[in-house]
Amino acid sequence: MTGSLADPMAARDHARAMAGTVVEAMPLLPPVADDLPAGMSAEDLLWEETIAAGGYATRRLARGSRLRLVDLQGDACASVLIFNAEMPTERLNVADTVKIQWNAYLGAGKLLLSDMGRVLMSILEDEASTHDAFCGASNAATNYAKYGEGRNSGAFPNGRDRLLLGSAKHGLQRRDVHPCVNLFKGARIEADGTITPLMGPYAPGRAMILRAEIDVIVVLANCPHVLDPRDEWTVTPLRVSAWRGAVTPADDPVRTATPEGLRAFLNVEDYFRR
Amino acid sequence: MTIDPHILGLSGTVVHDEIVPARAPWLHHVAAGQTLRIVDLDGNQAVDFLLYAAADDAERYSAQDTVAAQQNLFLRAGTQLRSNEGRVMMTIAATSVAYHDTIGGACSCESNTLRYGHHTKSQHACVENFLEANLTEGRGKRDIVSNINFFMNVPVEEDGALGIVDGISAPGLTVDLRAEMDVIVVVSNCPQINNPCNGFNPTPVRMIITA
Repeated sequence: MTGSLADPMAARDHARAMAGTVVEAMPLLPPVADDLPAGMSAEDLLWEETIAAGGYATRRLARGSRLRLVDLQGDACASVLIFNAEMPTERLNVADTVKIQWNAYLGAGKLLLSDMGRVLMSILEDEASTHDAFCGASNAATNYAKYGEGRNSGAFPNGRDRLLLGSAKHGLQRRDVHPCVNLFKGARIEADGTITPLMGPYAPGRAMILRAEIDVIVVLANCPHVLDPRDEWTVTPLRVSAWRGAVTPADDPVRTATPEGLRAFLNVEDYFRR
Repeated sequence: MTIDPHILGLSGTVVHDEIVPARAPWLHHVAAGQTLRIVDLDGNQAVDFLLYAAADDAERYSAQDTVAAQQNLFLRAGTQLRSNEGRVMMTIAATSVAYHDTIGGACSCESNTLRYGHHTKSQHACVENFLEANLTEGRGKRDIVSNINFFMNVPVEEDGALGIVDGISAPGLTVDLRAEMDVIVVVSNCPQINNPCNGFNPTPVRMIITA
């Protein structure tokens, strides 16, 4: 054995023999999905990946792209950051997202707004409705307090560090990792301001479809919610698919639903008037 | 000698005392152990507030870490203001207002075009103040995050309805913040004239630091 491990060609053969291995959480290249919406061609598929429990993934998506997130086993928590891909100083602003839409809760028809008065992504479909714009991601300190450990390299990674790694892959830094939204795990706000976590676990297979309204960088982390009351570090894989789609037309019902949202789309269209 | 009512209850020596005019920005370094009192001089003024760690300004106030840590949206006496690294930056040592907001964020020229209409684009806004103050120390747009709105009221209704409503402050009401680390405080004394947070009329506030 010692002899073969000293041989570079044997190491190559060993490495190459792993090819074709299929595990639950991995990207599929080229992407394949047997459950594309009707009318969608496999040619239009952009991304197919299952993000591990505790994992993260990031992707640049063109304006019009659809992003589908599936909570495969009912216990995923998708912490999401969104940046303007050509100008990442423009990014998701959770305060504007809830304030401009006069509502605390995310769901179908809601917009994810930037700090520049534009809509980054809109939520086209939502089978979950348990989402959270307030609590943000877990971090090393909260995971240490709860699970005894929270480092990226450890067994109980935290959401913020995962978002940092995903953002860093685009050249971004600590000062770019800002408030996020958590999808699939909810936060109910009581009259006195108390946050009631809605952690499930839920039925497997709940899905959401988001539409990119500008060219975006999406960073996704799949770690336990910071207010998850369970003692165990518990989270299940998150499936991601994306496919090409048309830029939002003038009569799109999500675009025209509210005067505030319509102005956010007008600002997007003004930005692309070039 | 007349007693200054805005100093009452503060211990230690006053090391800084300044009136921030209506609509203006303000930046000041506050050392660990010092206390900053903000006085809402005329009532109903929103004080938009950001914090950075003096030792490393990539560590800064995090509204989400703060509300998650106390599992409540409202900032009250005793609330620890947390950083994006989960550390305590300042503590609300005392306040004569029931609670303060940290979910409403700051007004900006851009978000005002959504909220009120494009005719408001040229009006001054809190993000302009945050940028103006931060640029003096080399921080820029990437450093603007969700902030605190002292003296501002943002209730969340049963159905999720949320909006900035008339303030619960009054002339002379205060909030006292004890620095738990060396921090940089950046304030926009909100210029907003389109919503009830300022009673549609921005007014000055007073900043008193004791050591």
